[in-house]
Order: sequence, then structure tokens, then C-alpha cells
Amino acid sequence: MRHKTFLWFFLPTGLAMLLFIALPIVSVVTQSIFAPHPAVLIEVESCTPLVGCTTETTIDQDATAALRAEKPLGRFVGLDIYFDRGHLAVTEFGEIWASSDSWGDMFKELGNLPFYRAMAFTLTFVAVVTPLTIVLGLVIALAVNSLHRHLKGLMIFFSLLPMIVPPIIGSLILFWMADSRGIIGSALIAMAGDPDFSLKASTGLMWIALLVYGVWHAAPFAFVVFYAGLQTLPSDQLEAAQIDGATRWQQVKFVVVPHLMPLVTFVALIQLMDNFKVFEPIIGFNAQAHAHSLSSFIFNDLGGETRQLSSASATSVITIIGVAILLSPVLVRTWRDFKGAR
Amino acid sequence: MASRAQRMPTSLRITSSGFVLLWFILAAFPFFWTLWGSFKVELDFFSIADWTNAITGERTQAVYGSPFTTTGYEGAWIKEEFWRNVLNTGIVCLFVVTISLTIGTLGGYALSRSTYNYTFWLLITALIFRAMPPITLVAGYLLPFFEWNLWGILPTTIIVLVAINQPFTLWMLHSFFKNIPSELDESAKVDGCNQFQAFRRVIIPVMWPGVITTGLFSFLLAYNDFVVGATLLSESNRTMVPAVNAFMGTTQTEGNVMFAVAAVVSATAPLFILVMFFQRQIVGGLTAGAVKG
Repeated sequence: MRHKTFLWFFLPTGLAMLLFIALPIVSVVTQSIFAPHPAVLIEVESCTPLVGCTTETTIDQDATAALRAEKPLGRFVGLDIYFDRGHLAVTEFGEIWASSDSWGDMFKELGNLPFYRAMAFTLTFVAVVTPLTIVLGLVIALAVNSLHRHLKGLMIFFSLLPMIVPPIIGSLILFWMADSRGIIGSALIAMAGDPDFSLKASTGLMWIALLVYGVWHAAPFAFVVFYAGLQTLPSDQLEAAQIDGATRWQQVKFVVVPHLMPLVTFVALIQLMDNFKVFEPIIGFNAQAHAHSLSSFIFNDLGGETRQLSSASATSVITIIGVAILLSPVLVRTWRDFKGAR
Repeated sequence: MASRAQRMPTSLRITSSGFVLLWFILAAFPFFWTLWGSFKVELDFFSIADWTNAITGERTQAVYGSPFTTTGYEGAWIKEEFWRNVLNTGIVCLFVVTISLTIGTLGGYALSRSTYNYTFWLLITALIFRAMPPITLVAGYLLPFFEWNLWGILPTTIIVLVAINQPFTLWMLHSFFKNIPSELDESAKVDGCNQFQAFRRVIIPVMWPGVITTGLFSFLLAYNDFVVGATLLSESNRTMVPAVNAFMGTTQTEGNVMFAVAAVVSATAPLFILVMFFQRQIVGGLTAGAVKG
């Protein structure tokens, strides 16, 4: 296809992505190195007879407005916002680094810094949910594949539900059931034997609940992909393995899993991307007090009366850099594939 | 799996069936439970006294004289005007699907037919865009949208969702068009068509299965979106999912959690029907990317 034809075909979608993805990124980067102007303060001396004179500090509204109009971006602060206490907290990090004796001690101290807490939760979520999803998906696929064929369609139908409903709604449904007055909550209370047992009260339990939600939400995807892969499993290989006396476990390990390996890579990649975005369950579970992810951290800054755009932008930029690092092995591989395919 | 050697031993068969049953309960039970509970009063849905109340509806019986009540739905749809949010979601989904398929088809086709290096870089850029959490872009939208009075209205949300949707659409349609042999449009070009005519006369008639599958996923993205709707829409223009979340904030204080429960069930029902009719396409779409690499 000639360059010019390509351009015309690609123009609408390219323009949409340029205007609403690429330019906002530029804007986010810019905002993250500018801070809002502080209000201009003036000291007014007011004297009352008999009492004496007092100086009051008030905000000079006109001067503040003029300054904001003159430089709407705010004042240039460089990387200050990245290094402040709300983000990378360089000073605090240095102190903790110097003062803590052990790694455990250090991580505990770092846990008090909001940004590191969000980062820790996001990475934990990615590291726990991704492998669990793959294993659970594979087991479900193997089990469903051995069912009668009328049951298979039904199972796929119901399995798709946790994945297809909006994450907020899925997490709300689970959250209501896990409420201390809900069915799962009551069961947990009965099992723990403690009437005050509650998800909302404990950070650890809340993390576990969020991780369980993550696996519940993502397992159907892995299941469907692996199930489709099982349909193309060459039966002669399995037969050959049986003739060689392979046990069922060995057949799975040496024939089925290697056959599904490319799909495992695919699912892992998609899961890595999606789990890094984890956001909605934290809102649905109302878990902001116990857990923040990078996304919910940004959402928090953007919400409310005071929109802290600079702070949100700085976190956004760090998140985007994180995505790029996470994807870099994939990019290298895709490049090689592309070179090979041409 | 017909051969005798493939038949499972009984113990394994029982374990496997038990596991399927367990997963079935995990996946489906929460939805049925919530559907059933949405016709109860709050004291039954969240039962302190006895969890079986949620099934029998004892309190609901006491208040309304029947174990089922539609007060939750009435409250959500009529009092809280949830129908507005449903309508907004309908409009957003319709336009997002139409626009993103139109421009995505053209772009995906171009990417699949060009062999220059820049197609690779465009696809990689799209992959990175696909991996970025949408919330990271919101800080970049707010100032210009406020400045130009674009904030809070549906068209802005639609175009933003279209853009966020493009990377995925492009990847999906790119791999789909790669599977349509390029000899088809090449021969049309030999017969005197230009590239666009070749696309219109030869490719469009055979592209529908891929486009429908991609459209389903665009629909799901628009329907399930929370981030964009919650940050870029004013209160009166909210779509369903942000509205459900807003219910949690406003109605919980008034003791009307059942409104939110009813709204959640109302928002899930269309998806239930969608999966029922398009199960094959959804499964096909999920696996398409995997099989083609």
C-alpha cells in the first residue's frame, strides 16, 4: 500500500488517538512539572483607637487572579512534585534507608508513605492474581473439557459472567455478600467464631478480598482461551503418550501444557496489563482506607473539591513509565516476530 | 475422547465434576443471590438475625404481605431516575460502537495491508496505549475540557471512549484482516479499482464476522466504563455504572441500599442477554488474538 493511501485510511483513527491519547500524555507531563500558584498574601495593618495596631495577613484576590491569568500553567517546579512526600518521597526514603536495620523494617516504614503503599498493592495484585488466574483457568478448562458436550456450553455461559459484568458491579455484588450481614460474611463469622469479624476492619483481609475478586474476575478469560486451545490438541500425540505408558498427570504435564504454552504467554501478557490497571474493585469494595492502587491514587487526587491536577499528573507519569517497563520484554519480542514475519 | 484408554477413572471423574460444580457456584451463584435478594427489603438482604431470611424474605413478608417487593426497583428507576442513566448508556454505547468500528476498520485494514516499518511502530504505540490505565489520561483532559466548556456532556465522553477503544479495535481488526488473503483486493486493483474501491467492493462484503466480534468488545468497553464516565460527566449526564457507584454514596446514608441493588441487577440483565445471544462471538473474539499470536 502506498504511503499516501495508507495515510488516508489511517487518518481518522490516528487523529483520534493523537488528540485524545498522545496529546493528553504531553499535557499530563507538562502539568506534573508545574505547581499551582500560591495565593498572594498581603499584610494589612489595622489600627483601632485605644486598642492599638494589629497586622493581619489576607489574600490579595486581585493579585492572585492576575498572577494566575498571566501564567495559567502555574509556577515551574521541575521534578519537585515527583520527589515530595506524596510521591517518591526522596527525603523520607533517604531517612528510612539510613535508619532501618533490616529489610523488613524498611518495608514497614515505607508502608507509611502513601505512594509506596499504592505501588506495593498494585505490584502485589499483579504478582498474585496473574499466576493464580492462569492456574485456575487451566484447571477449569481441563475439568470442563471432560464434561458432556451439552453441559460445556452451559458452563461457558455462566463462566463468562464474572468477566463480562462491569468491574464495579461485580465487586459490589461480592462486597454485599461479604458484608458482615451478608451470606459469605455470616459464614466467615460462624467459622471464625468471632461476632466482630469484619472485612472492613482489617487491612490484611481487605487485601485478600481484593485479590480473590481479581482472580474471580479474570479466571473466565484464562479458562476460555485455554479451553479453545484444548480443542486443537492433536489426539495422536496424546495416544502416543499413552502407548508409552504416560500417566494422566504426565500427559497433562508433557503434552497438554506444552501445547498450551503460547496461550499461557498470551494470557499472562493480557493479565499483566489489566492487573496493573486495577482500580474499580477498590472503589466497589470501598477499600480506600486499606488499599490503594496507582489508579485509585490518581482518582483520589482528581476527585473532591480540590482537584490536585499536578499531583495526579505526577502519579500518572510514573504509572505510564511503569507500564512501559512492564511491557518492554514484550516489545522486544514483537519486534523480532515482526522482523521474522516480513 | 471416545477411546477406552481416554476414559477417566471414577475417582478422577468425581473430583473433576466436583470442581466444575464448585466453579459453577462461584461464578453464577453471586448473580442469582443478588437477583433474588433485590426483591427483598434491606433487613432481609442484609440479615443480622438469620441468613435464611434472605431466602424466605421474612421481613419483606411482614412489611409488604408478600415475600417479594419491587420497592427497590421503583425507588431506583422512578425516584432516583435511573432510566436517565440507562438512556445515557444506550446513547454512549450506540455512538461509541458505530464510530469506533468505522474508523477502526479503515485503520486496521490499512495496517494489515502495508508492509512498511511504520506499521510496526503504530501497532506498538497502540499496544502501549492499550496497557495504560485510562485514569492516567484524565488529568490531561480536565483543563482543556473546562476551558472550552466540553466537560460534562455526552459527546465528549463518546469521543474519548472511541479514542481509548481504538488501540484494542486496531489490534483485533488488524489480525482479522491479515487472515483475509490480500490476493482478493490485489486482483480487484488489477481490474482497475483503486485501494478504496477494492476495500469497499471486495473486503466489506466479507469482513462482517470480524467486525461484529470487535463491535461486541467495543460495546462492552463502553458499557463497562467507569473511569471516563465518573470523571468527565456531570451528574445529570451520568451513565449507568458511575450512577450505580454514586447511589452507594447518596443512598447508603438514607438506608436505601436496595436502590443500588436493584440498579445493579438492572445493569447486569442486558449483559446476561448479550452473552446468551453472542456467546460464540465473544468466545471467538477472546481466543482470536491468542491463536493468531
